[in-house]
Amino acid sequence: MSELRLMKGNEALAEAAIRAGADAYFGYPITPQSEVIEYLMTERPEERTGMVVLQAESEVAAINMVYGAAGTGKKVMTSSSSPGISLKMEGISYLAGAELPALIVNVVRGGPGLGTIQPSQADYYQAVKGGGHGDYHMYVLAPASVQEMADFVSDGFEMAFKYRTPVMILSDGLIGQMMEKVVLKDEQKRLTDEEVAERYGDWATTGKKDRERNIITSLYLEPERMEQRVRRLMKKYERMEQEDMRYETIFCDDAEYLIVAYGSSARIAQKTVELARKKGIRAGLLRPITLFPFPTKPLNKLADQVKGVLSVEMNAGQMIDDVRLAIEHKVPAEHFGRTGGIIHTPEEILEALEQKIVKDGSIRHHTTREPSLL
Amino acid sequence: MTQEMIIAGFGGQGVLSMGKILAYAGMLQGEEVCWMPSYGPEMRGGTANVTVILSDDRISSPYLKVYDTAIILNQQSMDKFENAVKPGGILIYDPNGIVSHPTRKDIRIFRVDGYKLATEMGNRKVFNMILLGAFLKIRPVVTIKNVLKGLKESLPERYHHLLPLNEEAITKGMENVFPYDVEKALTAEHV
Repeated sequence: MSELRLMKGNEALAEAAIRAGADAYFGYPITPQSEVIEYLMTERPEERTGMVVLQAESEVAAINMVYGAAGTGKKVMTSSSSPGISLKMEGISYLAGAELPALIVNVVRGGPGLGTIQPSQADYYQAVKGGGHGDYHMYVLAPASVQEMADFVSDGFEMAFKYRTPVMILSDGLIGQMMEKVVLKDEQKRLTDEEVAERYGDWATTGKKDRERNIITSLYLEPERMEQRVRRLMKKYERMEQEDMRYETIFCDDAEYLIVAYGSSARIAQKTVELARKKGIRAGLLRPITLFPFPTKPLNKLADQVKGVLSVEMNAGQMIDDVRLAIEHKVPAEHFGRTGGIIHTPEEILEALEQKIVKDGSIRHHTTREPSLL
Repeated sequence: MTQEMIIAGFGGQGVLSMGKILAYAGMLQGEEVCWMPSYGPEMRGGTANVTVILSDDRISSPYLKVYDTAIILNQQSMDKFENAVKPGGILIYDPNGIVSHPTRKDIRIFRVDGYKLATEMGNRKVFNMILLGAFLKIRPVVTIKNVLKGLKESLPERYHHLLPLNEEAITKGMENVFPYDVEKALTAEHV
């Protein structure tokens, strides 16, 4: 039986983890995501499903506990906020290199440095362009509601095991702290070692018995073997784009102007679209749900239809790079966003759209292409 | 219908829980609900506010610049949010501790002596329920039955004996909310 509840984003995520049959959570508290570990400790999931919840001595310890547990084929997760995620980056690179499934949640706060505890989206680059060292990516989900904070836990685990990759849920203080109604899925049983092997392959270190031994490592001293591993990773990322890229469009059918925004900015920008349409500006919204893989193709297609694109992010301009790459300079693209933990209002975004993109209908074309190709 | 409101006052006045009870009651009525607190290092004494949105449609922005209704419980919040009420919207406030009263003529303003009434009832903690009652008298967005259900869900069981007192406070608020005449108040000041 599914269940309807009024919950904070962070609490919904924690409850969803228990219900998704997660085997373990390792974490260390930090605002604005401490409700995750608080909720898990209060719920005593070791009595409900047998799930282990452990507060590590640091973020670094927590991510390495994740590495160890993931190597045994367990569904394992950690969560933190920006400065804590930076500490986990070495471990995340190792998870990607060793091809281990894991779920990492970042409830982003303003930075750089210790920054502020207020919401921000300034960790976009870190989440989608690496963060840790080496040629790797995470599959990155960006929830825009409390419901998605819950849903993306099981979706994230599914992707983590399908691709044997670290998956990140990139949320922020606004989605983590607000309460909305949420429909919770039924509680699933945790998988046995045999069930994991049957569903996802027999790669985990579960005890050798009669088979060849499995080795979990990211160290390959022969360059040829290391390159093979990198190529395998790149193949995975191509497949992710073909099979599991996700996005949503709102009011895009007849849109003349396009806003691209994810997570909490997408929620705020949706109101901007409503306000714009009341003023006679035909605005639409493309919301990337996965930030990696990025919805490059749908965005490129929309650029044939609209006159300009505004990338709205609570940062100084990060996703705008991917937006510009996707639209190949077909139309102008600009960035708007507040930083430092300040949340932009729907009205501020509308003003930016009017000033930077609509400009009383006269659009600046700074494309080098022949008009016939547009 | 969408109702976008802000409840603002000091931490410890029950601002966040008043919002939570409203959101819960809205959910029980099958509405979409959103409760978005200002969160910060301050717990008690600092300013606290919460945005509550009830809608029969998918809710877009949880973060707003203007509101249909503002419930204002201290001077700092009056300074910040009087001008954030949409023209034609509603401002409800408790005059206790307010030195600059609202002056806008394009909104409907109501007063309820919440702090005084709560003191008379012998339990200052029901202050927020008096304000909630006043709000529901002006804008009956949720039924009292669902509010009481919401209260029961959000109060730990050891406080359930206080439910009748809270219900009484809601009724007190409904009976003691009065329109505030800006014109009259401004003239009186000049006399």
